[in-house]
Amino acid sequence: MSEATRIRATAKDGLTEVKMLMQHEMETGQRKDAAGNKIPAWIITDVEVLHEGRTVLEAQFGTAVSKNPYLVFRLIGGVKGEKISVLWTDNRGDKRTDETVID
Amino acid sequence: MFLSAVYGESDLINMERRKAIKAGSGLGLLGVLAVLGLVPGSAWAGVGRAALEAGNLSDAFDALGVSIPENSELITLTLPDVAENGAVVPVTVESSLAHIEQISILVDKNINVLAANFVIPKGVAGFITTRIKIGQTATVVALVKADGKFYRASKTVQVTQGGCSA
Repeated sequence: MSEATRIRATAKDGLTEVKMLMQHEMETGQRKDAAGNKIPAWIITDVEVLHEGRTVLEAQFGTAVSKNPYLVFRLIGGVKGEKISVLWTDNRGDKRTDETVID
Repeated sequence: MFLSAVYGESDLINMERRKAIKAGSGLGLLGVLAVLGLVPGSAWAGVGRAALEAGNLSDAFDALGVSIPENSELITLTLPDVAENGAVVPVTVESSLAHIEQISILVDKNINVLAANFVIPKGVAGFITTRIKIGQTATVVALVKADGKFYRASKTVQVTQGGCSA
């Protein structure tokens, strides 16, 4: 089971800054285990962020995004109490959705 | 079923795609199809996986549909001059270009040069911060698509301990 994405959205001066920390190994597929076997890639491939149901960011990750991906972006507008949702999908087909409200 | 248990689905898709690349006349057409979302298994919105698996800048630009991106002073790329730990390098891309549609972060010396791609809809600022892995001293390229055109800014980062095996 995956762990919750930590999200913080703060409205200030007409912008809402959204920070998120996803919990994921982000295994590149380039490493080998002690026995010399390749460790298969296990990465988040797609992220979508919604503001009150409207898509405000879509991301595609390659293998070079660090473990426990961290992401910050800013949307124009946004009012305290409005909902921000973060969805991710990994290459094993696992999905996760977490949400918060703007602060 | 057995294979998908071992490799995970996208690895299988990737293998199919590599076969397709070998069978076809190179990356160009497939890259274009992937970008248009015409490649089967297009749960991959935005850029195609071909772009995310490109092994050098030129292939990645091809897959993203870029010829030669113009340097732009309206893009600010912020990252450390020296990264002691290549596994976690903070990167910020900020741009005041009008009508930004897409921001991509590439690392020229990484095995897969395209680290991440972001689709920026209207109503969202030209600003992204994330953390990436950089395997060795390399040039990081911020690629910004604005009003249908591509622009870039780049910066070299010295890596003392590589991040690709991390």
